[in-house]
Amino acid sequence: MFQNIWQILNDHQERLWTALGNTLRIAFLGFAFAFILGTLIALVRTNPSRHPLMLVAKKILEGYVLLIRGLPTTVQMLLWFFLIFPVALQVRMPAVVIAMIAFSVDGSAYISETIRGAVQSIDKGQMEAGRAAGLTNFQTMQKVILPQAFRNAIPQLGNELISMTKGTSVVGWITVMDLTFTTNLIVSTTFDVVHPYIILAVSYLIIVYILTFLIKILEKAVFKTNAFGKQANKNFSRRRSFR
Amino acid sequence: MLSVNKLTKTFHGDVVLDEVSLEVKKGEKIAIIGASGSGKSTLLRCLNMLETPTSGHIYFQGEALGEGNINKKRQKIGFVFQSFNLFANMTVLKNITLAPLLQQKDASKMEVEGKAMKLLSKFGLADKADAMPNSLSGGQKQRVAIVRALMNDPDIMLFDEPTSALDPELVKEVLDVILDLASSGMTMVIVTHEMKFAKNFADRVIFIDKGKIAEENTPKEFFENPKCDRLKEFLSKVLN
Ligand SMILES: Nc1ncnc2c1ncn2[C@@H]1O[C@H](COP(=O)(O)OP(=O)(O)OP(=O)(O)O)[C@@H](O)[C@H]1O
Ligand SMILES: [Mg+2]
Repeated sequence: MFQNIWQILNDHQERLWTALGNTLRIAFLGFAFAFILGTLIALVRTNPSRHPLMLVAKKILEGYVLLIRGLPTTVQMLLWFFLIFPVALQVRMPAVVIAMIAFSVDGSAYISETIRGAVQSIDKGQMEAGRAAGLTNFQTMQKVILPQAFRNAIPQLGNELISMTKGTSVVGWITVMDLTFTTNLIVSTTFDVVHPYIILAVSYLIIVYILTFLIKILEKAVFKTNAFGKQANKNFSRRRSFR
Repeated sequence: MLSVNKLTKTFHGDVVLDEVSLEVKKGEKIAIIGASGSGKSTLLRCLNMLETPTSGHIYFQGEALGEGNINKKRQKIGFVFQSFNLFANMTVLKNITLAPLLQQKDASKMEVEGKAMKLLSKFGLADKADAMPNSLSGGQKQRVAIVRALMNDPDIMLFDEPTSALDPELVKEVLDVILDLASSGMTMVIVTHEMKFAKNFADRVIFIDKGKIAEENTPKEFFENPKCDRLKEFLSKVLN
């Protein structure tokens, strides 16, 4: 059995590395853009301004989140690939890029909700204290609210990264050579259904375990310095000069 | 310094402040007392626009508070909350230097931090500069919050029940800081339930009842010779 697995890994090295690269690229870049987009959406949706433009923007984004969450990721991806880019926009775009866009957009809807929830769960005294000190809404968001909200959202964001990573296994639908699609091709040429799929499953497991581990480390680091003031005495001697 | 003219505030149709007018002169110390829910916090929060008045005007140093850049004006109006509201994600030093560093473009970080350390030392908090807020006692938190407000060199300080969230044994350290500030000539408005403190501290005591100023007087007259029945009733309750 290990002989066979080794054989497959050896024979298809190049394709498998490319496949791993595609899976990780779509997952990580997709998540990164989803995070940025989701944060921006959350910022608008939690903005207290009653300006008409802001109210319109909020409504539009509410609709956006509703629409995106109402469609399966795969369906969204197919729409981007077969309708939006070639027909509506008439732009040629590599399938990998389209996959990335689809996952960014899909992820942004969920992440915006995560961050919106995290922002709203921060004690409103924090914003009031910032405003009372003469900071703008934006400054207080940037320096006080978002850092706390991100910190609290790390576990949930970690979940979203992991589920997005696993979710990329459908990109074969639009011809992207990711781990799953490549494995399917290997199966159809070698007629070996056992070993390629074992390799596939183990690959995803390893990726997810590594991610889980990294998220844990991040969580620990962030919660230590921020919540319990472990950093408290580190800079102590430096400050001494002021007294 | 501060002039309030027929200030009205309603929440969903409930009148919480009813045409309140008030003058605060430079250097004056005013204590506001009243029953729970009478509108004391709402009045104070209107004075720095944390609440937007429904109608009426507030003038700060001759300028309408609702016009122009509110953030600039807020820098000159120190506000201290009952629940401290220190920024939970940063050290004490960062808490008190955040606003000045963002606002005073010409001041160097060294200058601002130097001033911060001086103020912290003055209030016995120098060794807490690098501590996180949640490692401090309530009294320490409130003193840091006061320092934070002072960092902007405010012209007036507003306190909303600064000692109400504190354990009894911590009340004094905060009141002492406030008295210290008062003796430096700061203009101050303080909402408080500490009657003895109000008596010693204030030039004028104001009683708010159902969103109106029901009585205002010098502390001596106010406590020894209350006129309106509601105040008599209130004092007899809180003083016993
Ligand atoms: N944001 C708000 N929305 C709706 N109602 C509010 C709001 N803030 C205050 N109120 C109401 O206004 C009234 C006055 O509240 P306020 O906080 O000013 O009272 P207070 O005199 O400070 O009382 P306390 O001594 O308990 O602090 C209360 O009935 C309160 O429920
Ligand atoms: Mg109150």
